[in-house]
Amino acid sequence: MVEIELDGKKVEALEGSMIIQAAEKVGTYIPHFCYHKKLSVAANCRMCLVDVEKMPKPMPACATPVSQGMIVRTKSDKAIKAQQSVMEFLLINHPLDCPICDQGGECQLQDLAVGYGGSSSRYEEEKRVVAVKDVGPLISMQEMTRCIHCTRCVRFGQEVSGIMELGMLHRGEHAEITTVVGDTVDSELSGNMIDICPVGALTSKPFRYSARTWELGRRKSVSPHDSTGANLIVQVKANQVMRVVPLENEEVNECWIADRDRFSYEALNGPERLTKPMLKQGGVWKEVDWQAALEYVANGLKQIKADHSAASIGVLASPHSTVEELYLAGALVRGLGSDNIDYRMRNAEFPGTEGVRYLGMPIAALSNLQRVLVVGSNLRKDHPLFAQRIRQAVRKGAALAAINSVVHDWAMPVAHSVTVPAVQWAQALADVAAAIAAEKGVSAPAAGNATDAAKAIAKSLLGGDRKAVLLGNAAAHHANASSLLALASWIGEQTGASVGYLTEAANTVGAQLAGAAPQQGGKNAAQMLAGGLRAAILLNTEPKFDSAARADIKADMVVTLSPFKANMDCSDVLLPIAPFTETAGTFINAEGRVQSFHGVVKPLGDTRPAWKVLRVLGNMLGVPGFEFESSQDVLAKVVKADAVFVPADKLNNATQAAVRLDVAAAEPASAAIYQLDSIVRRAPALQLTADAKAAAASSAPAAPAAAPVTQGVPA
Amino acid sequence: MNENQVLAQFQATGVQTCFHDRHIEPQIFKDLNGSNWRLKDYVARGGYAALKKILGKDGAPVAEGAVAGLTQDHVIATVKESALRGRGGAGFPTGLKWSFMPRQFPGQKYLVCNSDEGEPGTCKDRDILEFNPHIVIEGMAIAAYAMGITVGYNYIHGEIFKTYDRFEEALEEARAAGLLGDKICGSNFSFQLHAFHGFGAYICGEETALLESLEGKKGQPRFKPPFPASFGMYGKPTTINNTETFAAVPWIINHGGAAYLAIGKPNNGGTKIYSVSGDVELPGNYEVPLGTPFRKLLELAGGVRKGRTLKAVIPGGSSSPVLPADIMMQCTMDYDSIAKAGSMLGSGAVIVMDDTRCMVESLKRLSYFYMHESCGQCTPCREGTGWLWRMVDRIHTGQGKPSDLDLLNSVADNIQGRTICALGDAAAMPVRAMIKHFRHEFEAMINAAQTKQAVQPAPHSAAHTVAA
Repeated sequence: MVEIELDGKKVEALEGSMIIQAAEKVGTYIPHFCYHKKLSVAANCRMCLVDVEKMPKPMPACATPVSQGMIVRTKSDKAIKAQQSVMEFLLINHPLDCPICDQGGECQLQDLAVGYGGSSSRYEEEKRVVAVKDVGPLISMQEMTRCIHCTRCVRFGQEVSGIMELGMLHRGEHAEITTVVGDTVDSELSGNMIDICPVGALTSKPFRYSARTWELGRRKSVSPHDSTGANLIVQVKANQVMRVVPLENEEVNECWIADRDRFSYEALNGPERLTKPMLKQGGVWKEVDWQAALEYVANGLKQIKADHSAASIGVLASPHSTVEELYLAGALVRGLGSDNIDYRMRNAEFPGTEGVRYLGMPIAALSNLQRVLVVGSNLRKDHPLFAQRIRQAVRKGAALAAINSVVHDWAMPVAHSVTVPAVQWAQALADVAAAIAAEKGVSAPAAGNATDAAKAIAKSLLGGDRKAVLLGNAAAHHANASSLLALASWIGEQTGASVGYLTEAANTVGAQLAGAAPQQGGKNAAQMLAGGLRAAILLNTEPKFDSAARADIKADMVVTLSPFKANMDCSDVLLPIAPFTETAGTFINAEGRVQSFHGVVKPLGDTRPAWKVLRVLGNMLGVPGFEFESSQDVLAKVVKADAVFVPADKLNNATQAAVRLDVAAAEPASAAIYQLDSIVRRAPALQLTADAKAAAASSAPAAPAAAPVTQGVPA
Repeated sequence: MNENQVLAQFQATGVQTCFHDRHIEPQIFKDLNGSNWRLKDYVARGGYAALKKILGKDGAPVAEGAVAGLTQDHVIATVKESALRGRGGAGFPTGLKWSFMPRQFPGQKYLVCNSDEGEPGTCKDRDILEFNPHIVIEGMAIAAYAMGITVGYNYIHGEIFKTYDRFEEALEEARAAGLLGDKICGSNFSFQLHAFHGFGAYICGEETALLESLEGKKGQPRFKPPFPASFGMYGKPTTINNTETFAAVPWIINHGGAAYLAIGKPNNGGTKIYSVSGDVELPGNYEVPLGTPFRKLLELAGGVRKGRTLKAVIPGGSSSPVLPADIMMQCTMDYDSIAKAGSMLGSGAVIVMDDTRCMVESLKRLSYFYMHESCGQCTPCREGTGWLWRMVDRIHTGQGKPSDLDLLNSVADNIQGRTICALGDAAAMPVRAMIKHFRHEFEAMINAAQTKQAVQPAPHSAAHTVAA
């Protein structure tokens, strides 16, 4: 630590840190544009020039390291004059038309111009005009004349998303930010460039010109998509979600969110929303009131239980549902006397309940790993923000290894890679284990062949201090998932690596805790989907898209609870339930972090929060213990109401499963990035991205396109 | 005289801008005739003696770990003693720069020669590389030895193709003769030197932009610190010197630092090559001792063209502030004298202007150059250079306003000292100096415009759109 004097105040600062960081520590704001705490220092905007004693010129606070006894003045005449002159330069070619700029009201340049700009311009020459660019469905570059060339977006691509999609072409006045020869920006993290752009050059295409920032209410929420549980600020106007931006949480999503988290909200206002309960009568869908719909469901369930047995009733649930919804669905079906509930729609193997599987480590620790082995995952598309953290680790020198069926482009160097069909993943892991066993002189857990690649991975994992073996969605859905975990666990024990599942969905961990899987020998998802039920309740899930079989379910009565007109072909009843923005609820993310949220807008139409729907159904069916007054009451059944984390003893990845290398396995089911859940697959802008198009092309027949599934069905 | 005529005149004296025998005590240009650039000729002139001297007597093999002819410290001390200052423009003491190199750094270190001679008016490095390339190779090898560097690059300006080919050929000769490569002259000193054809941007002459360009990236300056001595090429310690600086080194090693210093004046050792251009009878490169009176240099160049009167001189390349004739005639040509007069010796490009020159037009051309060459990275330079040019252009086209001169000064002020590299300063200094010394010419043009406008309706404001 060194001590500097900043505007007369003594400030302790980390050696090697920059003046701007020391200033931030004590709450002194130094104006800046190009500096961003998560990006490398460019020092190109010159806005943060400050007066450093013994330096003849003003120095950029973002790029000047502190030194013992340094005296810095951020508000001296010299500093202010330098900052004002830079502001003047920034404004001479910037269109001064804030009233018609989409960024108006949330623009760093506009804000700072108030403090440092003149009230009139001395510039009377012609202004520069920069050509507009079309870079795809998410980012608008229609106003590139507003660009101040801070290169934050460029550095974001190089350093955070891992692909440099934007760059600065030409020089001097002609310098402009653009993609290469008209390419689109395709990164799954691209929306963050909109946030970090300090002016109105990069704006959100779906949002722009639909609201002014000061008209928007800001509500906290949690992303319902992948298992990061990214913290969100949902911006609403007139009871409608207008925009989603990140809520900074250094331990979870830092200041980033994936495009999926940011742009999926469009589906919430889309034409496919289900706003009234519906019944199918004589093959024709009719809107009914809640009373009729719920009575139909309750009577139907009673009838089927009486005619057949409780065991012919089952629930298939999405792990994107809240803890409360999943708990109540389980309680309901168990109250009726059945143990048929499962959230593992895409699994091929259904191991018993040895423990609640989770990441095995804090999310934040991913950024500091030194050795990582990822098995069965398209890391970058399945978990964009985990990939981002691992990318930071790799940038710091971590060695990344992968076992997969295909070579995925993760936008970071993969040191060692084994590419074999899924059926051989267990063998590949056994090979690594054999190499480790040979290296350590212990006996291997299974017959393995220490190939060169296996040896390289083994050697990598035996080195370093902070390491992890991470099992991806495809590994979790694998027909031999239990062996993969057993082998990973052995490798973890031998190398000191942490072992965990990346976990697929926002609430995969919560679903396990809430008991959304059979506990007393009930039917698992595959058995239910294969036709083992007379009555099926589909909670927030669409088997046609969400299951391993990718087929509709068949049963005497199918009840769908969904925010959307989903499962129209196979269902008899549709109950409109609230998506995450319209209900209170809780998601438990991959690391076991309990994140509760409130509804941010009122439920659309006759939509009701699912926990309330399930509670009423429970009451109508006379299931005991269904007297919950709030979602928090329900949550208390699963974790303590004020818990921040699931108690450590409730999470574990230990396994006693035997290692089998002879299990036949097809390629595991795994959702494409914009097909993960019922919300993203209905988000129009996301469906126009290169990722969505590529996924549609590669899975042609079953492609769950954005096309409305309800088309042609009379309401 | 139009451009073609100027060119014809140059061609009449030949590209042999340095074979005129009007040098004074030349070291680099000594005995050159345009065809004696090869290794054998250089050796015949005593070339590579300095390299052999430091590596051990007559280049005899030096046993592992044994003390060579001259120690690294000895070489650096000699260069320090010579008061050799960087010939690229900044005039930084070369020996001091060499001593900044962390010689014990365990990884790769680099030596870079800056031959990206882009400063308007300067053409000395081109002649050195073309007519005496081995002197640069020898100088670089000596520098590499002194700093314990094993890999070097010569970044040659992107618009001089023949020079690049010539240097490559010289490199091949040196390699074949064992003067470059592994175990040079049988010693245990190895040095790999490569030529690199630059990309023709003025900014690539800025040392950190040069490094970026050399690394294969867009030539944009880096923020300093860290300086190249600690974070240079590929992030490794790197020393960068100008071509002429390296070319001066063999003479220093052969004759000693004191002898070199004695040729110039205190703190300004040795000879310097001046590229004299503009309104003189005999434009060309002149190698004369530092401290030679400007009057003498002008005389060597044949005096002001057609016997006209000297009006002003830009003494050190286009970025150095212009000096009026009366001040200039009192100056001697060395770093300190020119600095005292309020300008810079810079790269030694002496641009002579006679009494027919319009200073507004001259400034307009200079400002256009800096606008065109600004890399666009940092705000004051990217935005300010265009502003400056537009204003000067407006004055020149009869659209000037009385307030423009103060505004010009203010904008130049706001650029200077606030940019990442010195290009911003280079753009600002000519503006300030021109207005300081020739304000009356600007005012006259503005007043004429005002009078004209008073009697005529103002023409529609000139559209100086920069094509996107």
